[in-house]
Amino acid sequence: MRFRRSTFAAGLAVAALTLSACGGGEDEPVTEVEESPEFEAGTTMAELAEADSITIGTKFDQPLFGLRGPSGDPEGFDVEIGKLIAAELGIEPENIEWVETVSANRESFIEEGRVDIVVATYTINDARKERVDFAGPYFVAGQTLLVLEENTDINGPEDLAGKTVCTVEGSTPAENIRENFPEAELSLTDAYGNCLEPLRNGQVDAVTTDNVILSGFVDQNPGEFKIVGEPFTEEPYGIGLQKGDDAFRDFINDVLEESYENGAWAEAWEKTAGTVLETPEPPAVDRY
Amino acid sequence: MDAIIDNADLYWEGFTTTLSLAVVSGALALVLGTVLGAFRVSPIPPLRLAGAWYVETVRNTPLTVVFFFTVFVMPQVGIQVPFYSSAVVALTVYTAAFVCEAVRSGVNSVGVGQAEAARSIGLTFGQSLRHIILPQAFRTVIPPLINIFIALTKNTSVAGGFFVAELFNVGRRLSNSLSDQVPWVLLGVALFYLLITIPAGVLAGWAERKAAFAR
Amino acid sequence: MSSVLYDEPGPRTRRLIQVGTVAGALVLAGVAAFVLVQFSSRGLFDADRWDIFVERTDVWEFLGRGLLATLQAAATGAVLAGVLAVVLAVLRMSRNGFVRRTTAVVIELFRGLPVVLLMLAGALLLPVSLFWAVVIGLTIYNAAVMGEILRAGILSLPKGQTEAAYAIGLTHFQTLRMILLPQAVRQMLPSLVSQLVVLLKDTSLGYIVGYLELLRSVQNLRDFFGNRYLFSVFFVAAAIYITVNFLVSRLAVLTERVLSRSRSGGGGDVAPVNLDEGTRDGGVDTRGGSAPTATSQSRSPGTRERQ
Repeated sequence: MRFRRSTFAAGLAVAALTLSACGGGEDEPVTEVEESPEFEAGTTMAELAEADSITIGTKFDQPLFGLRGPSGDPEGFDVEIGKLIAAELGIEPENIEWVETVSANRESFIEEGRVDIVVATYTINDARKERVDFAGPYFVAGQTLLVLEENTDINGPEDLAGKTVCTVEGSTPAENIRENFPEAELSLTDAYGNCLEPLRNGQVDAVTTDNVILSGFVDQNPGEFKIVGEPFTEEPYGIGLQKGDDAFRDFINDVLEESYENGAWAEAWEKTAGTVLETPEPPAVDRY
Repeated sequence: MDAIIDNADLYWEGFTTTLSLAVVSGALALVLGTVLGAFRVSPIPPLRLAGAWYVETVRNTPLTVVFFFTVFVMPQVGIQVPFYSSAVVALTVYTAAFVCEAVRSGVNSVGVGQAEAARSIGLTFGQSLRHIILPQAFRTVIPPLINIFIALTKNTSVAGGFFVAELFNVGRRLSNSLSDQVPWVLLGVALFYLLITIPAGVLAGWAERKAAFAR
Repeated sequence: MSSVLYDEPGPRTRRLIQVGTVAGALVLAGVAAFVLVQFSSRGLFDADRWDIFVERTDVWEFLGRGLLATLQAAATGAVLAGVLAVVLAVLRMSRNGFVRRTTAVVIELFRGLPVVLLMLAGALLLPVSLFWAVVIGLTIYNAAVMGEILRAGILSLPKGQTEAAYAIGLTHFQTLRMILLPQAVRQMLPSLVSQLVVLLKDTSLGYIVGYLELLRSVQNLRDFFGNRYLFSVFFVAAAIYITVNFLVSRLAVLTERVLSRSRSGGGGDVAPVNLDEGTRDGGVDTRGGSAPTATSQSRSPGTRERQ
């Protein structure tokens, strides 16, 4: 008795594997892409320029910074910064491979080389510096609170005692609330988008994370939510890369500083987050 | 190793939450599943249909999607409960479908002669169900039910994504804050799950052997 | 119709059943109507919550890509789990006590861990793509469950099969490979297919590690278009999952029918499969479920091993 079903199943799997999805992106470059730039042989820049492609990890679910629509490629300020760096390496935007990095897997993606750089509302902190290096910061955000439009009894983090606050597990905002406002009760989920419905229904009293992310939600849901109080932390967003690749880090820092000078940074901001927020002063990069 | 020892209290908290989710949902699913099982073997067509429809729908929906409905959609129809209760409802609704099927095959495994004998001494449908069929069916159904409970224990991990601070959520929190000790953190989480599932598995094996002799 | 529960109904019972039918139908319709009214009063059926599905074809393309990723992971996981399950079943039935016990422990470990934890471990600790992290999680867990299903199937075969195989001089391994496993697979097909549905559903846990499958695509859509579409995108997702899984289950029922026609008269105590209302009546389909003891079609596997 021959047993043919297994071969059939294997054939099915092969068929499934060979099917491939096509992704299309249609965006016009903001900055000039360098024509065949020169780099010292053996550096990461030389390798990337040689390969004419770069893999960038970013968020796909954060309005204004890295948000992917059904068309395939993500859009936002982080994405524009990524394009700036690629342009200096002589890489066209369509040759950038965007990879979604969720909060939990950013360090391991960098360490294992699954991405060349991470631009993903990635707060620079000492624990993370143990595993990866940071260029930048290219933006400084601050943690604030999002409440319902008609809410009057929460005006800052000191009003959180006994209140329920929604945020994402494994994020800096969650740790910060635990440390500094232990009176607040945390409700944790895995995407900020999950926090809005409970806030609407009154199951949680506030949502907390970086002000820029919250602004995106205010903008998406007109007249429903408001941001209260001044930012009570500093969250410098950096660009994550392989630990110890100093040449590459210096190069990215140079690119950032240049973009501050020539207006490319401001242009990137105004195209994305600037539609909702004021244009801030770019922060000084930290060449630690 | 330090990662587990230093955070023993967090792990313990996660573990007790996981255990209570599993026990509470398991008990409720047992009740709901049995009722649905009764629907499915009843002589009333709409009940049979309702039972079948429920099982087919729920069984073919990922648990994550069930959770989504209980957490985000239930409040839309005016049912506002704490997140822990939403998780219990989701796990109960989902697990009941499997309990229902186990009960139904259990009922179908009882010999027709048993039921005929019950009817011949004049027991009503309800009486023969309660005194003759269900007790026998349940004995047969015990091993699969324990397996369902093992599955349920593991399924509570999905609640971690929906505002319940259980074991898996603790694991994610620690693997982020102790990013240099991830293997240990996850090992700790695994051990606590096995603390529930392995004894249950051993129990299932034992019950299986008992049931086999009791035929 | 007579069943284990009731005789052919008489005229009075028939009237009762008719009354019950009408009452039951009314109650069910009432519940459905209540939910629908509640939903519509909260505007869940308003056009502006559903327009993206009509006005934007790329939404469907995007969901299609998500579904494809789900099916790819499920198909790969199913094949690998199937292969590994056979290996585990064979080792679990080995004549070497040490191998047998070790395998039993391994199976118990694999079965006792949440799939989502295995996926997270794969994503964080192994240098593999997210696709493989998801597939590894699916494979490890489902191989353990399917291995147990196969073993139960082998144990439920009549002893004569093994004896006859030994009598014509086959080795233990040959007997397993050529005589017992093929029959066990056939016998246990309903349970195996139920497990495939479980596997397909479990791909949705991949969203936790960020693998872009159907559920993750749905979340992306919600984040992109805003929370107004929360209800509609998840409703569509549930519909897609149910449809696909229902098709897989139907396929199982059809396969079962084809096979039961060609079933060799092996198991003397195998009752005919009763497929009322088009549901699979096979091994109890649970995520931890092997133990098809409580089914109408397979004999209980008796003791786990000769002791």
